[in-house]
Amino acid sequence: MSNHLENQVRTCDTTGLPVCLTAQKFIKLNGVFAVIFLLIGAIAAVLLALTRWPAVHLLDAQWYYRILTAHGMNMLIFWILFIEVAILYFACTTLLNSRLFSKKIAWVSFVMMLVGAVMVNVIVFIGKADVLMTSYIPLLAHPVFYLGIILVAVGTLIGVYNFFATVYIAKRDKTYDGSVPLVVFGAIAAAIIAVVTLLHGAVVMIPTFTWSMGWTAQPDPGWYRLIWWGLGHQSQQVNVCAMVSVWYLLASLTTGAKPLNQAVCRSAFVLYILFINLASAHHLLVDPGVGAGWKIWNTSYAMYLAVLASMIHGFTVPASVEIAQRAKGYVRGLFGWLTNAPWKNPGFSAFFLSLVIFGFIGGITGVTLGTQQINILAHNTLRIPGHFHATVVGGTSLAFMGLIYYVVPLIFQREFYARSLAIIQPYIFGIGIVMLSFGMSFAGSAGVPRRHWDVEFTGANLAAGFDSGTHLWLGVMGIGGVLAFIGLLTFILLTVAAVFFGKSNKGRAMTPWATPKTLVTEGDVDATEDHRSPGTMTLVIILLVTFVVYYFANWLALTDVWHVR
Amino acid sequence: MSIHVPDKDWFKAPSGGERIWIALSLIWCLIMFIMMPVWHFKGKQNSTGEAYRVEPAAFVARVEAAIKTHQVGEENGVPIVEPTPGGDAYLLGQMWRWYPILKLKQGQSYRLHVSALDLQHGFSLLPVNMNFHILPGYDHVLTITPTQAGDYQLICNEFCGIGHHLMTGKIIVE
Repeated sequence: MSNHLENQVRTCDTTGLPVCLTAQKFIKLNGVFAVIFLLIGAIAAVLLALTRWPAVHLLDAQWYYRILTAHGMNMLIFWILFIEVAILYFACTTLLNSRLFSKKIAWVSFVMMLVGAVMVNVIVFIGKADVLMTSYIPLLAHPVFYLGIILVAVGTLIGVYNFFATVYIAKRDKTYDGSVPLVVFGAIAAAIIAVVTLLHGAVVMIPTFTWSMGWTAQPDPGWYRLIWWGLGHQSQQVNVCAMVSVWYLLASLTTGAKPLNQAVCRSAFVLYILFINLASAHHLLVDPGVGAGWKIWNTSYAMYLAVLASMIHGFTVPASVEIAQRAKGYVRGLFGWLTNAPWKNPGFSAFFLSLVIFGFIGGITGVTLGTQQINILAHNTLRIPGHFHATVVGGTSLAFMGLIYYVVPLIFQREFYARSLAIIQPYIFGIGIVMLSFGMSFAGSAGVPRRHWDVEFTGANLAAGFDSGTHLWLGVMGIGGVLAFIGLLTFILLTVAAVFFGKSNKGRAMTPWATPKTLVTEGDVDATEDHRSPGTMTLVIILLVTFVVYYFANWLALTDVWHVR
Repeated sequence: MSIHVPDKDWFKAPSGGERIWIALSLIWCLIMFIMMPVWHFKGKQNSTGEAYRVEPAAFVARVEAAIKTHQVGEENGVPIVEPTPGGDAYLLGQMWRWYPILKLKQGQSYRLHVSALDLQHGFSLLPVNMNFHILPGYDHVLTITPTQAGDYQLICNEFCGIGHHLMTGKIIVE
């Protein structure tokens, strides 16, 4: 029994699901501003790629660090948080058949987030906060910078409160019968991690703000790093959680996939909640003041139990697609299900590329670089952004793009133009990000620092520099960055054109993206009852072998460096 | 479907390929976990985080004292200091240089004290590619043993202001 107010709900003409109109309004608002911040971040991104490509070296030093600050804030904080609040509102209303708890609270949350984000952008672009996203103490920004971040964090917390209140009233009003759907479960996990994350943000930003005002003493820089990364790294785990939920959602929408075993998928989300908050330590592996025991226990997410969760999702998501595809009759060989997947559906290609990039590049490099001793070879080198551009960009952002290919026709009720361009967009973006990530990772392996304007060290008193092979990798990074920017700009233009000028599809189903045809009839027992997934098993074994080889290759590389304790 | 309420009896133990994969993953995670304590005791490269509180001015005084007693030369205006093998060596990170130049002996170990005067800095030794984080107020002690002779470049890999790219230094190993 639903709890919608009169005239405040519509039935989706495509899926038949109920859409709360209040939630829809805020999904739209958050979505539009998310894409605006994505655009600012994207323009910043291409400027950075063209600066770090030594042959181009576009910006001067001051603007490089200024744009780098803007890039981090807009991409990692604003784009992601705005779109995630939209995802939370969608999950707790449409999927639970409930109304949004409070329109007023949604407004308060949205306005606070927006004002905070605008404050940060203004203060960064007028040059009063060249401190990079991490604003490591004793670097000092204008107080408005910290205040803006606090506003965004508190605004997001208020939105998360609205989400939990909606989950509560849905349960109270019995709008659904049984357990919450898996995607909602994943969203709840993301929201729980978000609360812990944002509380860390408050704990670290409030004394930093009061210090910047001259009211209190400077906080300790080591303490700052510990707590800041409780915000900085955990917020990426919110992204992982939200991204995995979106994988399950898109797998359902594009291929009709069902999770194999709900208990396994849900337990994996619980592992994230329990262990991922330890990941702050990843950033302190070669720091003074924290000991080896502390580093080992915390960096391994307590014996890597959160890594286990990602490895589980990495199996269950493609396996569910494989089983759905085999049930439709695509049973030939190990990979017939995959080659016949809807590769011309940008929702599917974005989702599957996200899965592969996140797993094979982002995941493997992340766990390896986050190994306590191996981090000596990686800390603050380009290997680090090489890793996280494969997780949060090639993984999370690409998955969210796939989602938006459905959000625009289903929530905005507008059709995309230039659909053939939309079909290739995820590939352009995905290939660009992979090149960028490889370029960064290999250059970083030679010791090229991250967040550094000039790796020729022009004008330095004592000379330093890198060989030509390293420059080649920086070129690959630059070309990849430009390609990814073209892919991203294509996405933004397509989305903006559809949202503001697209043909309305009110009253009828959306023009479908490609979905695989069913080759077999319902009665065909052989195909439909086969719940094995040998293709996925083969893929994950390849992943595991790659992982083992990369991991031990890094240990081997470590034996080459000076002895140190 | 993952967007619908699941069947009532959804709580089931994993089976088949899923179960095999979970077991394999768990074993791999435990191997990775064990590697770190094993390396801590058996390996030669570890970051123990040994550190002591120090006022920046006090640390500068120690650096100056070490230069006074152990200076063996000068390059581009930067003193070259040759610390006693097995003893203490001092390195200061500041906007924008690593100070002084150190001259070490291959195969000898040193207690290298590194700290920052002003902002956070990143100790990055090239081309071996060893990286450590340096904080003001913390005397970060790295007990190092250079394994090969040669001239090594030091750069900074933590953002420290507009001249960050000018921050370099040098370690000579004989």
